[in-house]
Amino acid sequence: MSKISGQPVDSSKIRNILQANSGARIRTWLGICSRCGLCAESCFVYLSNDRNPKLSPAYKFLNTLGEMYRRKGMVDRNFLEQCFEILWLQCTMCKRCSLYCPFGIDIATMIAVARNICFSQGVTPEKLSFFSENCRATGNHMGIPADELIDTCQWMVEETEEDYRGVTIPIDKKGARYMYTINPREPVFYPQDIANAAIIFSVAEENWTIPSKGWDCTNLPMFAGDRTLAGRVVSDVYEKAAELEAEKVLITECGHAYRSLAYEGPYLAGYADGLPPIEIVHYVQLIYEYLRDGRIRIDPNKKLKEPITYQDPCNVSRNGGLWETARKIMAYLAEDFRDMSPNREHNHCCGGGGGILPMGPEYKPKRIAAGRVKAEQIRASGAKLVVAPCHNCFDQVNDLSEAYMLGVKALSLKEIICEIMIVPDKFKLGRQENDHHTR
Amino acid sequence: MNQTFQMLTGPLLWISFIIFGFGLIIRTIYLILLSRKKDRVVYNHADLKWGIKSILHWIIPLASASMRLQPVFTFMVFAFHISLLAVPLFLSAHNILWDESIGLMLWSMPDIVADLLTVIMIGSGIFLLIRRVVRAEIRILTEARDYALLLLTMFPFLTGFLAFHQWGPYQIMLIIHILSAEVLLILIPFSKLGHMILFFFTRAFIGFEMGGRRGARSW
Repeated sequence: MSKISGQPVDSSKIRNILQANSGARIRTWLGICSRCGLCAESCFVYLSNDRNPKLSPAYKFLNTLGEMYRRKGMVDRNFLEQCFEILWLQCTMCKRCSLYCPFGIDIATMIAVARNICFSQGVTPEKLSFFSENCRATGNHMGIPADELIDTCQWMVEETEEDYRGVTIPIDKKGARYMYTINPREPVFYPQDIANAAIIFSVAEENWTIPSKGWDCTNLPMFAGDRTLAGRVVSDVYEKAAELEAEKVLITECGHAYRSLAYEGPYLAGYADGLPPIEIVHYVQLIYEYLRDGRIRIDPNKKLKEPITYQDPCNVSRNGGLWETARKIMAYLAEDFRDMSPNREHNHCCGGGGGILPMGPEYKPKRIAAGRVKAEQIRASGAKLVVAPCHNCFDQVNDLSEAYMLGVKALSLKEIICEIMIVPDKFKLGRQENDHHTR
Repeated sequence: MNQTFQMLTGPLLWISFIIFGFGLIIRTIYLILLSRKKDRVVYNHADLKWGIKSILHWIIPLASASMRLQPVFTFMVFAFHISLLAVPLFLSAHNILWDESIGLMLWSMPDIVADLLTVIMIGSGIFLLIRRVVRAEIRILTEARDYALLLLTMFPFLTGFLAFHQWGPYQIMLIIHILSAEVLLILIPFSKLGHMILFFFTRAFIGFEMGGRRGARSW
């Protein structure tokens, strides 16, 4: 936690945020919660930690935002530090509890407001604030300079030349159908992911581009509680897409990026109608359309035979509406698909969402403990492979596999597609070139 | 005694009804007006079909995943709410009073049914009370007023039942019955019991938010 110890709490600032958010919804939610406790059984953090009564969703919002309203913002630093525990380590804002609350109280929304209040007092996870500063300075959370991204793309194109022909990564191309936005973790930790995307786009003969600015689809300031910066992050993407006259914005296999750009972003960036100014498409949707339309074809002999399951990322499934789309994809890719239970919009969070995964190793023990429900779900499915079209889920599933000895491997859709699709001859390295090389 | 009774069934009763009715109406209108100013998100994604579905799945027993996880609780909550609404509205003794004062009356249920529903109401109320005490995750959320409101809700039923069967001092029982019911009516608009109206709004909203925007079933 980044603490500004000794500094007094600015209650008037807190009161302003409370006042600004004191609409009909929050007033009603705080006013009618009947303390029935039904939400507890819906929460993976509660279930994973032996039903600790302090981990029910109702306890969490009543003792953070509820208490802030009750005390009219007159809280001390000690209270805010207790809130830190609850807001960042015990809730990933997965929104599952809203489905299980008789009144449909949207607890995640209240947790987000409470995070915003803590942030206003300098109480926010250190790593998230570090990533936020990167966003402020460079427009992406890893602090990658624009020319470095272009170099990485160039390097990845060269990599593909060992196996393919004619794969390109167009930068800042005007009038593309898709402006492809990525997670800055990709160029740093998984550059192959960019190469895979380029191969798939090339085979599908897509009109696409990666922008030199506004290419970071993620929004860690949103998780840090920095609403102003979070709004700027989404505006960067919307504005670049308009500048490039792109038809749609495509998001890589990342969960919260989709929630940010398609759902929360318009509000963060101040669009009154709550709709993004341009269509936002998630990678899951794109792959399904490619398979459905035959733009990507799977080699029947290479269809995956090992038992495989699908991790519904909260922000792609429940909060993104793409659970059936994902299952249609699985039917193309795998012979032995085994669903977890519960699944689809009722899935459990993997435990890595809401910003906790990028918060670093300090918080890993809590993250792994909270992931117990997911680990048990995966084990019960009997799957050996787990498709996870979200970077947080992906890393969390691998961490869970190690911690709970599940013996499973997380896979992205891109790596599966590249492995098992039929590559048309014109993209293969032809005999001629091979001959040329041997001569 | 007679004077007290006349007071309770006359002016005090009307005052209670007015505070109850207008209180709920004013609270609701205030929230609607406030939402138009501060909760654009409610209107931006409003979707009648998803709103209605979201409500229906929570007023039909076991129509939501959450209820199916806790079938005993669900059964008790429905028993509690159905008796809570049915007995005061359709009790023949109440209807006679309505007839005497305004010349209008609702359909009346047989007294034996009212008796049964009252016992069910008190029984399920006791279950809810015990559940609140016994289960750690609910006990930790419960404050004094949560116990008080639950007991107060059950009180008119208990005293009404005792008065009807003339167990205990009839007149005193009747006075306590009327008085506690009036206090309850007055408290509804100002407490979490406002959920009798506000439930429909919050449930509809989450229907819009999850279903209208994302196609996700919020039940």
